[in-house]
Amino acid sequence: MKFVSEYRDGRLGRALAREMAGIVDPDRHYKIMEICGGHTHTIYKYGLASLLPANVELVHGPGCPVCVIPMGRVQDAIAIAHEPGVILTCFGDLLRVPGSDGTLLDAKAASADVRVVYSPLDALRVARENPDRQVVFFAIGFETTAPSTALTLLRAKAEGIENFSCFCNHVTIGPPLRALLDSPEVSLDGFVGPGHVATVVGSGPFEFIPAEHGKGVVIAGFEPVDVLHAVHMLLEQLCSGRCAVEIQYVRAVTPEGNPRALEAMATVFELRPQFEWRGLGFIPDSALRLADAFADFDAELRFGVPGVRVADPKACQCGEVLRGSIKPWECKVFGTACTPERPIGTCMVSAEGACAAYFNYGRLVTTARALPDDAVHA
Amino acid sequence: MERSVETREREAIDRIERARARTKAFRDPQITTAHGAGGKATRNLVESLLVPALAGATLSQLDDCGIVRVGEAALAMTTDSFVVRPLRFPGGSIGELAVNGTVNDLAMAGAAPLALTLSMVLEEGLDSEVLRAEIAAVAAAARTAGVEIVSGDTKVVGRGQADGMYLCTTGIGLVDPRAGLAPGGARAGDRILVSGSIAEHGIAVMLARGEFELGAAVESDTCSLWPAVAALLDACPQGLRSLRDPTRGGVASVLNEFAVASQTAMVVHEDLVPVGRAVGGACELLGIDPMYVACEGRLIAIVAPDAAVAALAALRSVPGCEGSCEIGVVEAEPRAMALVQTSFGSRRVMDMLVGDPLPRIC
Repeated sequence: MKFVSEYRDGRLGRALAREMAGIVDPDRHYKIMEICGGHTHTIYKYGLASLLPANVELVHGPGCPVCVIPMGRVQDAIAIAHEPGVILTCFGDLLRVPGSDGTLLDAKAASADVRVVYSPLDALRVARENPDRQVVFFAIGFETTAPSTALTLLRAKAEGIENFSCFCNHVTIGPPLRALLDSPEVSLDGFVGPGHVATVVGSGPFEFIPAEHGKGVVIAGFEPVDVLHAVHMLLEQLCSGRCAVEIQYVRAVTPEGNPRALEAMATVFELRPQFEWRGLGFIPDSALRLADAFADFDAELRFGVPGVRVADPKACQCGEVLRGSIKPWECKVFGTACTPERPIGTCMVSAEGACAAYFNYGRLVTTARALPDDAVHA
Repeated sequence: MERSVETREREAIDRIERARARTKAFRDPQITTAHGAGGKATRNLVESLLVPALAGATLSQLDDCGIVRVGEAALAMTTDSFVVRPLRFPGGSIGELAVNGTVNDLAMAGAAPLALTLSMVLEEGLDSEVLRAEIAAVAAAARTAGVEIVSGDTKVVGRGQADGMYLCTTGIGLVDPRAGLAPGGARAGDRILVSGSIAEHGIAVMLARGEFELGAAVESDTCSLWPAVAALLDACPQGLRSLRDPTRGGVASVLNEFAVASQTAMVVHEDLVPVGRAVGGACELLGIDPMYVACEGRLIAIVAPDAAVAALAALRSVPGCEGSCEIGVVEAEPRAMALVQTSFGSRRVMDMLVGDPLPRIC
């Protein structure tokens, strides 16, 4: 498959790993955060940590869209789903995120009409096909998914589809990174930057990291060779005493981003003054809501959304995992009370969550070992 | 002195494995689609609700078939319901699935299929032409598989109480005396074979629903697997340890079942798993791992190392199984786990399916 298989080439990956071993300072420990959950997933799926030099540590960041949704917002979505005549549409991962009173999957089993869609345009189609029902799209995600929500709302408005609305939970990547960098408990040497977000926003929103904090960022693609290449580029920066925003994912990302996507977002959304992040608390100017011109499509105005704030369960340490201050397995409930089939925290739900990635792929660390290529014959 | 990071991580992993090895009580307050998906929730429902209430010695083995002994003969018996939506999809239909699904469960016990029963739950308002077409599909599939439909039942429920039609088939087969199959039969060194490219049925049905606006030419692989099993029994009756068809839950779930039953590690070499171009592309776009997607005409065989070459040749000689290949090996450790070896030389755990990415595919 063009543009996929070549970035999953094991030989290329092993060559990069060998080069990294040659350039790192053996007396130094390198701590690199991958911001995006997509990278966390790739790192575990391909066992990349075991290929890196032993003194290069990868720390998982806050960029998993499902992981950062606070329980109160899930509870709000469940309340909307139970409104008479409502079809609630959402991405599949969200079905299993616990609110204070069960999940959307439980709500579905208890007769709420909850449907999985793969894109907000699918949700709009459901609205067209069910003119006598109220169709709500539970929108989540960073700048990666926000443009498609924006384009869907522009189309809904142009077509005059009145039975469609959006429960907007879109967030932006800059503010949580600032919060993270300002927090004293985290000491990092650099960042693997989120490739999908950067296709939209470009490299500009990350420039404050080298400018204000003296740390490098390499914006990376999502295949295993991409991630290894980005770590390699970061190590080169560190070893030569530079720090800058660089783009590894050049096949998709330009410094200026995607102006059409940014324009659609600017038309449809405005910044919320405050938004709660799971485990990170309230962060100012960190999320989007529908602009006044689109108020008719705002599910929070159309329905009686309770807007309750639900404290995270006491046992849950998602916040520390999202800040990279503990490893998933260091959480008190990891793998015992909190599992992918019965998650307590959001990080255990999404495939991009650090806990789910570790649980699903990584429970091997001490037994893992690379085998020669001819271990199995075709 | 503080314990090292490695020690603490090892302890955390051990704690998790102990928690996972325990049979958990069935505590779910209601049934969700995950209970029908063939993954962890299904297993929990079967092990913790059904088996304690119903079990005799045969049921507790949790095989696809129960074995009933009559004099010298061993009869395999199994039953399956079919609720696929849509009723017709590229490469097959509910009628064909209803025959092949049950025939294949018999075949996986090493049993030559003898006879089936057919129960139908029809929805008021179902077009008779649809029913006629499905009965023709049942008849054709039964002819191909060499089984007779010997009995049946028809029920009609009100409009909206069933999705067109549901079919249920029960089958009996005669266990081949050469077959010494057991889900826990794998030993370290054994080879893992698959009888063709995977994930085709699940993706074909999902695309046929038209929910994703993805146009790809993917056909269901539904077919009878008895000819493949017969060829394996002819070629290497001694070396054939375990067989299972990776339906719901996919190849990953079957390998986990084998790993748990035999207390071995199933190690699959990622690059060797056959996935068609269109299926691979659809999985890529939808973010689905083909290892978890159902097949309806493929089998996974565990064979002794010295039987692998003969078994593979026998499989490839069967029409429809030309794409058979070896995808991995059985190792002693870590016990009760399925692992994927990546092209990067690293390994990852391949757990059982959680949740239900593709409901109502069979």
